[in-house]
Amino acid sequence: MRSSENKTGNETTVSLPVSTKLAIELKDITKRFGHVIANNDVNLKVESGTIHGIVGENGAGKSTLMNILFGLYKPDSGTIFLNEQSVEVNSPEKSIALGIGMVHQHFMLVPTFTVLENVMLGNEGSMFLKSGEESILNRLKGLSKNYGLDVDLEAIISDTPVGMQQRVEILKALNRGAKILILDEPTGVLTPQETIGLFDILRSLREQGVTIVLITHKLKEIMSITDTVSVMRGGKVVADFATKKTSSEELAENMVGRKVLLSIKKPASKVGKSILEVKDVSHDSKDGVNVLKDISFSLKEGEILGIAGVAGNGQSELLDILSGIEALQKGQITINDKPIFSHQEWNSKKARDFGIAHVPEDRHKRGLVLPFHNYENSILGYHRNDQYSSGFLMDKGKILNFTNELIQNFDVRPRSPSIISGKLSGGNQQKLVLAREIESKPKILLVGQPTRGVDIGAIERIYEDLMELKSKGTAILLVSVELDEIMSLSDRILVMNQGTIVGETSSSNATELDLGKMMSGLEQVREDRNE
Amino acid sequence: MSDSNIIPKWLSVGVIPLFNLFLAFCVSGLFIFLIGENPFKAISVMIKGSFYYPGAIGYTLYYTTNFIFTGLAVALAFHARLFNIGGEGQAYLGGLGVGLMCLIFDQYIAGFLVTILAILGSVIFGAVWGIIPGYLQAKRGSHIVITTIMFNFIAAALMVYLLVNVIIEPGQMSPETRDFATGVGLVQIHMLAKYLGLNVAMSPLNLSFGIALIVSIGFWFLVWRTKFGYEVRSLGHSETSAVYSGIKVSSTIIIVMAISGGLAGLVAVNELLGVHNKLLLGFTAGYGFTGIAVALMGRNHPFGIFLASLLFGALYQGGTELDFEFSSITREMVLLIQGLIILFSGALAYMLNPLVEKIYLKYYGNFNNA
Ligand SMILES: Nc1ncnc2c1ncn2[C@@H]1O[C@H](COP(=O)(O)OP(=O)(O)O)[C@@H](O)[C@H]1O
Ligand SMILES: [Mg+2]
Repeated sequence: MRSSENKTGNETTVSLPVSTKLAIELKDITKRFGHVIANNDVNLKVESGTIHGIVGENGAGKSTLMNILFGLYKPDSGTIFLNEQSVEVNSPEKSIALGIGMVHQHFMLVPTFTVLENVMLGNEGSMFLKSGEESILNRLKGLSKNYGLDVDLEAIISDTPVGMQQRVEILKALNRGAKILILDEPTGVLTPQETIGLFDILRSLREQGVTIVLITHKLKEIMSITDTVSVMRGGKVVADFATKKTSSEELAENMVGRKVLLSIKKPASKVGKSILEVKDVSHDSKDGVNVLKDISFSLKEGEILGIAGVAGNGQSELLDILSGIEALQKGQITINDKPIFSHQEWNSKKARDFGIAHVPEDRHKRGLVLPFHNYENSILGYHRNDQYSSGFLMDKGKILNFTNELIQNFDVRPRSPSIISGKLSGGNQQKLVLAREIESKPKILLVGQPTRGVDIGAIERIYEDLMELKSKGTAILLVSVELDEIMSLSDRILVMNQGTIVGETSSSNATELDLGKMMSGLEQVREDRNE
Repeated sequence: MSDSNIIPKWLSVGVIPLFNLFLAFCVSGLFIFLIGENPFKAISVMIKGSFYYPGAIGYTLYYTTNFIFTGLAVALAFHARLFNIGGEGQAYLGGLGVGLMCLIFDQYIAGFLVTILAILGSVIFGAVWGIIPGYLQAKRGSHIVITTIMFNFIAAALMVYLLVNVIIEPGQMSPETRDFATGVGLVQIHMLAKYLGLNVAMSPLNLSFGIALIVSIGFWFLVWRTKFGYEVRSLGHSETSAVYSGIKVSSTIIIVMAISGGLAGLVAVNELLGVHNKLLLGFTAGYGFTGIAVALMGRNHPFGIFLASLLFGALYQGGTELDFEFSSITREMVLLIQGLIILFSGALAYMLNPLVEKIYLKYYGNFNNA
């Protein structure tokens, strides 16, 4: 029952007058997962032909709400209205038939298929591929032109950049007649330029009458593109605004439930001698792909060196090598004038002995053992130290004392050393990991994605802790895909693209646009090189 | 294989296992009813048979001892997320260790020294039979489940060969070694009691039971109080976090398998040094396999394993009694009941959790949402 009305509606591109007709109305939606109430009596109205933003911290319930609208989850109670008619959306097939399309946070594409094949998937049109292909091809050309959605229909997905894959997802939804498009955190994987491109597409979709729901945690994006915005916190919609009548500060305040400072004060710190020298480091992944090529840089005491780049351009591997998780295959690392050559013994334990602490990118997979108690996680990696043990036995009393100190000093909540770490919120888990690594009094701190999945309140605290550590003379290497974070924390910035360092700049000279160009590999700049 | 984090502990480790057991007994009762016997009478015979008749408790605890050893062996490997199916073979090889030590030394040195050597022998031989699959897993990536199963077969074949062709008592027909010299072996409890002037019914229960209790306490310390135990548990929960924290994964796997094999090897101490006084074919009698169910039911904790071992000990002993009392209940019927209990408390141990979760949330869910 894929109604033909939807498809034709899409092609004839009637510019609907932006009346107050509601495209989506959610009434009293409640959804529980066990003890967690992910959505608690949520009400949401989106006018037809507008871009509606939903902001909220991690775990606020945004994705759950959209998955309900898309028919992936069944709400415990509540009603969904589309175009002011009560509907039952009990499966994605049904919601697609009703004209809803969703672009998930993680793309749902078959990497070995071409763009065309992916768009056709699930919508083959007839029993024989060829005839279906032709009709779709014509329709796609129309769609691409209308919305400025440039794609190469013959390209294999795995060869195309992320920005393009996202466009394919959008095309897929439109091809199935979507009049309502949901995008869940679409910009997380994009360069600034790709984000601008995406927003252009969204604007032209809006002009053609498509209703868009945009989920993000970036306030700047909300301010720049949405017409209206809802703020979610703790499973509820706590505020609705017309975007023009609100500000980033007000939104942030509603997200967290209290006033927050969005800017960071950089303390003056004395930059000391170079403590980490990386020279010509190259690395092949397990499947033989060259992920790092001749990486060289140095890091000084009291300095934060930021590494910017789109996720997956070698930053993770660089952190893994420096922290000893991966062996050093080629090149040389010098720590405090002591060189490590390739194929010398190099592992996490040795790295710690050299004074390298590491806040890993993935706290669930690396930084914590989730089923462990806080007191067990508070010594992960340092459990061999004499201060926590006598001989073979661990000294639980001392460990508990230490943990209590950590969670007091770094404001980990709840203040319980014996709670299971997996039950903490993302922000508190991250604070625990950071606390442990800072307390080891490192000479060098490696930090990967310090605020990924972390709520605003905790972000503030994490930034403060990093700044304090820096002012004490610790050298910090910061890897992040959040450009804002890199720009506001770092003293110097390196940009990585496809396993090489493509640019270097001091943060005072950096602009988002320049960095974006370097991140996409268009420009090679090393302005500070010869100074 | 994780415990639910919704329902409280007293439900998940207390009530649910008991209810599983109850279900197993219900289904068993149904079978007994179907073959025309009275299930309630059968139950009472089983309980009397395992706890009430003279010597019954001794027999029950003697079986319990074996299950403690194999249960702990499986549990330790579980803590490192290794599925050691090889308890049977490791126990068998433990027997070879005991046998060799006794046969080689019992003519030359004092009995108690031979006994100590034999105990060490059981641990070391069992350990070796665990180390090889452990090494293959750690360094070569051969899956431990496959290799330990293969090593059970190899152990069985090896022991048949040795007992038939090499260490069989000369001039004997049955595949057994000669008796160990007098003075070698562990004293049985009823003998010990007699020596102390107490009158305890005769049973095969021997000092190995004490060893099992001490080892259980040691197990707890090892897993929850030592650096090594910490590393084992980290590895079991998350290998990636273990690598991050600098734990040497492959050597940890090998050491865990060594200790696990050594624990299983101790079955031979109970059987050979405590009861048979010689090495014989097939003395492991499936204890190694049942150890998997014991560990599962005991939630890999020594106290839980003790309780589960006691249950299985009572089942073995009470089952023998059933077989004896009812003409229509055969050995096979008893095995069926044991199988049902393993099925409900082992393989289906978590079957009821979703249901209990639902019911629990319905009645208590609202109080915990703060
Ligand atoms: N499938 C699920 N099972 C259990 N809990 C879930 C599931 N999906 C989401 N949750 C929980 O619901 C809450 C809201 O999650 P989510 O909707 O993903 O938030 P957001 O997208 O705003 O970050 C969180 O506490 C999350 O842990
Ligand atoms: Mg989400």
